[in-house]
Amino acid sequence: MSVYTSLDSVKDELLKCLKCGNCQAVCPIYKEMRHEVAVARGKIVLVETLLNGEIEMTDRLADKLSLCTTCMACNQICPNGIRFDKVILAARAEGVRKKGLHPIKKIAFKALKLQRLFDLGMKTGSKFQGLAMKRVKGQDYGARMRIDLGIGKEKVFPNLASKPFRSQFPSEVKVPNPKMKVAFFSGCMINYFYPDMGKSVVDVLTENDIEIAIPADQACCGIPASVNGDVDSAKEQAKRNLRAFEESGADALLIACSSCGSAWKHSFSELMEGDAYYKELADKWAAKTYDINEFLVNVVPFKRDGLGEVKRTVTYHDPCHLNRGQNINKEPREILKAIPGVQFIEMKEPGRCCGMAGSFSLVHPELSGKISDKKIADIATTSTNTVATACPACRLQLASGVINAGMNKDVLHTVQILAESYAKGKQ
Amino acid sequence: MFSKEVINELVTVVGKENVISELEDLVTYSFDATAAMPRVKPDVVVTPLNTEHVVKIVEVAKKYEIPIYPRGSGTNLSGGTIPLEKGIVVSMVHMNKILEVDLDNLCAWVEPGVIIQDLNNEAMKHGLIYPPDPGTVATATMGGSVSECSGGLRGLKYGVTKHYIMGMELVLANGDVIKWGGKTVKNVTGYDLTALFTGAEGTLGIITRLLVKLIPAPEARKSLLAVFDDLDKAGNAISSIVRNKIIPATLEIMDKVTINTVENFTKAGLPIHAEAVLLIEVDGYKESVAREAPLVEKICQECGAIDIKVAETDEERDLIWFARRNALPSLGQVKPSTVLEDATVPRSKIPEIIKAIRRIADKYQLFIATYGHAGDGNLHPTIVIDPTDKDEIERMEHAVAEIFEAALGLGGTISGEHGIGIGKIKYLPLEFGEAGVDTLRRIKEALDPNYMLNPGKVVDRGE
Repeated sequence: MSVYTSLDSVKDELLKCLKCGNCQAVCPIYKEMRHEVAVARGKIVLVETLLNGEIEMTDRLADKLSLCTTCMACNQICPNGIRFDKVILAARAEGVRKKGLHPIKKIAFKALKLQRLFDLGMKTGSKFQGLAMKRVKGQDYGARMRIDLGIGKEKVFPNLASKPFRSQFPSEVKVPNPKMKVAFFSGCMINYFYPDMGKSVVDVLTENDIEIAIPADQACCGIPASVNGDVDSAKEQAKRNLRAFEESGADALLIACSSCGSAWKHSFSELMEGDAYYKELADKWAAKTYDINEFLVNVVPFKRDGLGEVKRTVTYHDPCHLNRGQNINKEPREILKAIPGVQFIEMKEPGRCCGMAGSFSLVHPELSGKISDKKIADIATTSTNTVATACPACRLQLASGVINAGMNKDVLHTVQILAESYAKGKQ
Repeated sequence: MFSKEVINELVTVVGKENVISELEDLVTYSFDATAAMPRVKPDVVVTPLNTEHVVKIVEVAKKYEIPIYPRGSGTNLSGGTIPLEKGIVVSMVHMNKILEVDLDNLCAWVEPGVIIQDLNNEAMKHGLIYPPDPGTVATATMGGSVSECSGGLRGLKYGVTKHYIMGMELVLANGDVIKWGGKTVKNVTGYDLTALFTGAEGTLGIITRLLVKLIPAPEARKSLLAVFDDLDKAGNAISSIVRNKIIPATLEIMDKVTINTVENFTKAGLPIHAEAVLLIEVDGYKESVAREAPLVEKICQECGAIDIKVAETDEERDLIWFARRNALPSLGQVKPSTVLEDATVPRSKIPEIIKAIRRIADKYQLFIATYGHAGDGNLHPTIVIDPTDKDEIERMEHAVAEIFEAALGLGGTISGEHGIGIGKIKYLPLEFGEAGVDTLRRIKEALDPNYMLNPGKVVDRGE
């Protein structure tokens, strides 16, 4: 029994809740709304009430359950260590079982499942994005929606890449004397929006004599589907990915997206429960999956000679699914601090959610914007010229926030700054 | 059935965005942080933005004879915000502005929805503090903590909430707005309404503005941990410290059950064979800390402490307080529900009350860990129970009643800092006598004859 198959699976978590309300102190949504339904204990009581039959799973209840960015800040502050992220995933999965998936999400996740069609769509989309999107003046950063389709008009989306990452590179990137062979799971956002991040991963790994497989058959990691309760789609995507990487023959799997990393490390194994063959595969790959920062610091320490000077003042935003989800927060800082010329300045609350949370920012654009404003205000106090992070989704949110605040800052993945340093070292 | 008419009137008064009436939302206002309480959904929740809104909400409630429940963050431990008789929950959390910090008169005007920690963060910018620090300092509102007269860890030296309230604005049950107090140190005009309304648990009026006292932040602090193999020796140390004219900011105790539970779950290296540990912090000017800390150490030694650790660095200080911070979380791992009491005795009676609690735990076969603010005589016997075990709940109720009797027998009180709310209402005559309870009831009825404000809390309607 996993959180994806039965709501009963989280009964023990529910029982542990003291209703002390400590979650109010850290919940980014509660801080904006200040309604009990916004915070973990409120939703825990809703799920309890649902389980004992006093309320039913309705569209309205599903709406309330959508009020969570799964940032896991409440997990961390909870005196009883409740895994509220599991409660919310289980409740959303129950919602889909009982009420079906919201029609728009249904189309979206179906598209993500049909990898080839999705790929064609995104490539075509890159040519026609100007029709729906209006470019931000004078900059190549991205574009805003021309009309509000219910997802807000404020957010600046990066332009779809004219050539996705996986079309830019072969499925095998060779080096002369390889130390080891890794496989790189790019994820959708790096592939279609941020090929520059993917390129930096390739540059840094080749610089460190590591051979890279980039399986062409990889699909979406399934997190967008599973956090919205669409377990069937998530399962299909997990299986497809497991097959694709099993064929790669790599010693390790590298990821530069915090959510994709959580999927490979945690979700796949849970999703595959009850399927002996795939469960074994999922467990095997989970043990070999590394975030790129983690890999470069703890597994194959990155080469420190050859680093050129990068003149940047940098602050770092911790992606929730990397920091609290995978306990990786020292490694990105260690990389940044090792780069000559980088002056590192912490913001006050680097671990506070940026408010992106995938589809959350589309379903609740206003709330997402307010949460982002807090993050951007914190960043502003550091007076840095660069915001580093380790997740393409956070990068999108932070970049949009920075542009909307009229600030001139680069928002980059740590590995991009490292790649920049290696490049400078060669000049 | 709650009429649509009332909802419509409330919408007219405070705006649609400040009226919450969907079932799924109402469920989330049916409880607070108190264990083993009934859950009751309100009919509607409103979130006023100013005093005028509050007045109009009271007028609607008066017109339709509907109960009103003022609510802050809902973190109290007495069932004080549960809408027992249904009606309107008035959630004050949107009135959350710090209106003024006055550095000359060392005080601040705040709205009731300000979170205590937020006020402290603002005060700290000026080298000041607002001392009351309940465990919920990061979540509780000023209005809520004033209504409960919260205590906290620093009560021994700095007092509790009521010592920091200089004035108030309040909406009465008849809709009148009254305001009193001010920025003067002295004020004896009229009855002491501050004393009446601080700790009134929202049963006499709705606080809409508060004037609170701030004090200079202490310059230095030092923490010590003293281990005792005998409860009476620890008790003697508590009294000796104070008898020697040292008033620590914090003087906490953890009993053997607590120590073992915390150690079991944190592996922090606590002395599991100890009968009690004292956690002590002195603060103030550097010079006075330098003088007091060694004295405290010496007194603990003389009283027979088997081990004493003095924190020399911030890390060592954190380590000392780590155990105390982890008391409740660790107890929560034993069984899911924790009933946290706050029976309080004169500090000289600490060993006796702890022994009494142990006898009661044995008698009712319950797991009770005792820790708390020894310097204040304010203990938190914490009973961990399985909320699905009816027999255990019944035994817990008997035990709680006997703990109260024991505290009263030692010259103490049934509630040091959590308040009466629903939970302790039936024990009130034990401490006050029928005439005392009747006096409370007459105060209530003078100000709120129809029991419209937070009914079912502190005093009931009587026969």
